[in-house]
Amino acid sequence: MDITIPILILAIPLFMFLLLGLTGMKMPHWLAGTLGTAGMGTVLVLSYITALTYFYGGSPQFIAENGERLQAVIFNCTWLQFTPSLVIKLGFLLDPISALMLIVIPTISFMVHLYSMGYMRDHHGVYEHGFQRFYAFLSLFSFSMLGLVVATNIFQMYIFWELVGASSYLLIGFYYKKPSAVSASKKAFIVTRFADLGFLIGILVLSYYTGTFDFMQLTSAPVDGMEGVYQVSEQTALGVKNIFAQSAAPMFMGASVLTWALVLIFMGGMGKSAMMPLHIWLPDAMEGPTPVSALIHAATMVVAGVYLVARLYPLYLMETTSLDIIVVVGALTAFYAAMVACAQIDIKRVLAFSTISQIAFMMVSLGVSRPEFHEGIGYMAGMFHLFTHAMFKALLFLCAGAIIHVVGSNDYTAMHGLRKFMPITNACFLIGCLAIAGIIPFAGFFSKDEILVACFGHSIFWYIWMSAVAGLTAFYMFRLYYLIFWWKEHKVHEGHHAPADQPWTMTLPLVILAAISCVAGFVPMGNLVTWNGVPMFEHVNFFTNLTHLNWSVALVSLAVAIVAIIIATVMYRKENPLPDRMADMFPRLWDWCHHRFYWDELYQFITHKIIFGCISRPIAWFDRHIIDGAMDGLATVTNKASYAIRGLQSGKIQMYVWVYLIGALLLAAVTAVCLM
Amino acid sequence: MIYYLIPALLMFCCGVYGFVTRKNMIAMLISLELMLNAVDINFVVFNRYLFPGQMEGMFFTLFAIAIAAAETALAIAIIINVFRAARNVDVNDLNKMKH
Repeated sequence: MDITIPILILAIPLFMFLLLGLTGMKMPHWLAGTLGTAGMGTVLVLSYITALTYFYGGSPQFIAENGERLQAVIFNCTWLQFTPSLVIKLGFLLDPISALMLIVIPTISFMVHLYSMGYMRDHHGVYEHGFQRFYAFLSLFSFSMLGLVVATNIFQMYIFWELVGASSYLLIGFYYKKPSAVSASKKAFIVTRFADLGFLIGILVLSYYTGTFDFMQLTSAPVDGMEGVYQVSEQTALGVKNIFAQSAAPMFMGASVLTWALVLIFMGGMGKSAMMPLHIWLPDAMEGPTPVSALIHAATMVVAGVYLVARLYPLYLMETTSLDIIVVVGALTAFYAAMVACAQIDIKRVLAFSTISQIAFMMVSLGVSRPEFHEGIGYMAGMFHLFTHAMFKALLFLCAGAIIHVVGSNDYTAMHGLRKFMPITNACFLIGCLAIAGIIPFAGFFSKDEILVACFGHSIFWYIWMSAVAGLTAFYMFRLYYLIFWWKEHKVHEGHHAPADQPWTMTLPLVILAAISCVAGFVPMGNLVTWNGVPMFEHVNFFTNLTHLNWSVALVSLAVAIVAIIIATVMYRKENPLPDRMADMFPRLWDWCHHRFYWDELYQFITHKIIFGCISRPIAWFDRHIIDGAMDGLATVTNKASYAIRGLQSGKIQMYVWVYLIGALLLAAVTAVCLM
Repeated sequence: MIYYLIPALLMFCCGVYGFVTRKNMIAMLISLELMLNAVDINFVVFNRYLFPGQMEGMFFTLFAIAIAAAETALAIAIIINVFRAARNVDVNDLNKMKH
């Protein structure tokens, strides 16, 4: 494949960032917005070309004769060379998951660019302060995220990983005059930074034992019985096999070094993907503008952790302990986040916790995936859910943004009964809810069903657990839907405009994403993305996913979702005392869910009372009194001594002469005595 | 030779004594000139008795006299200016720029 298009995919957003960042404030608002959107549109077209060429081009570079999809390095240039073996490269890797991400990221990013042109201005059409900066940061984010997914080696991924973290920080704190936004951005940065420490150590451990950063070398045929994985030259495969035979040997605290490395790398993914206990930054990140929440904190950046695990999946397969850890973390997070989402008032917080829960679904799906069962269906299901979730969650967030823009508040108490005023938003939000709840034929049904099938194949316990979470998902989404659009009639205050649908720049992305959410479930993902590149189906047509359904699992999950929706309908469709009575019946449960199980307070306690109180304060005392004290003492002594001897420098010339004379005479006397 | 050196030594000692005891800047300048001339005498005397065939000492003395003249002119100019500014030429009282 020609390298022009891949380079352009990365270069255009970077160029847009520099252009808008450096000269944006000089240009009119509409020009900056149009430029950013046009740039992203170009990237969208180029990425689609690249991804479709990869999937359907049939080039021998991308697909083997037996139909297996291959990893292809489009370019890989040396960026930094420390020693002959320690080389950091930057490149462009095409394989099923990166091609999938090349569809997801530009699609969502373009929709958000377009949407922001309407969102980032008030009702009188006046653009918000820093509009150009907003577009510059969006371009920076798109560049970083694209660089992350096409990384050829784990270090390139780490570099872009930090860049997405930085652009997320900048965008959460976009309203930098608002203290809550500033502290939210700092919280997000510090928490993910802390997780990335684990990631970095994991990278170092892994590359120390394998001697390579390269994904193709790391994931190619590492152990016996997995020769089919991403063929590279036989020599490399043998080399990596030997390396792992050795690297698996050293043990540390009862687990192999490889397990440690993989768990540490997963820790980085936990931070980015907001898995418990590092999830606390994501709900606060909703302080950023809503399009940013849709792009970064729902669809793309937060799934980077899932992508990371998927990228290193053959390595994780070698140490199934690490996969089990992923399952436990993911399942606990999914349940926790779903519980909390049932008791939030801020609609963006509900969506944030829903995002956490859904990402945990993907993690679980990767964790339960084993080649023995259905050719590793969990891997495919995880990536499928990543794809569909990106579409419908971005849709939900953009709808929420449109509502917030109209109502001017994040709380559903200010909304209620908006269905008559905003019919398009209502329809789109409903489609999003149906998709996430897993109602046939919307996108979420297919991907969630595949995940449940994978769980079913792994263990019945996790299958029941995840089905329960899926039921909770349907419940809290419809609770949200009814509380926004139904519950009671919307009161229009005197002198206020009645809420209405937004201009086309905001409704068009909603309609497009809603359309995608309706049909995305029919994408034959099993044929495109599998853990080893081998397609699952011989022939595909539009109904492939439907005909390959595991109907027993599908019917159960459908029944659970419908029951949950019916409960939500009964409780929230019309104003009634039932929800309050429920909350009164389980006051403690409601309290814990409403306060997010007091995780933030726990962190507050640990950081302020334990770390600050028991560690930082003594260190500060030592610093102030011992280190500073020594320096201050030195200065004081010098000062005092200077005052004491300043009398010698009297400025009286005759005294100097006396001193000189006596000194000269003494010298003469000494010399005379010595000579005699 | 000793007859020449003893008066020079006496002159030098007088100069030193005057320099350290007098507070008046002009008197100090005169003492300074006295020391300088004592040294000039030494130069001439040593040259005459130790190296009769050479003239370096003589020339050095001539230089010293010329420079002493210039230096005196400069010193007197400074003293006059100091006097104008401070109405005083007593070294112990000239401490305005010390603090």
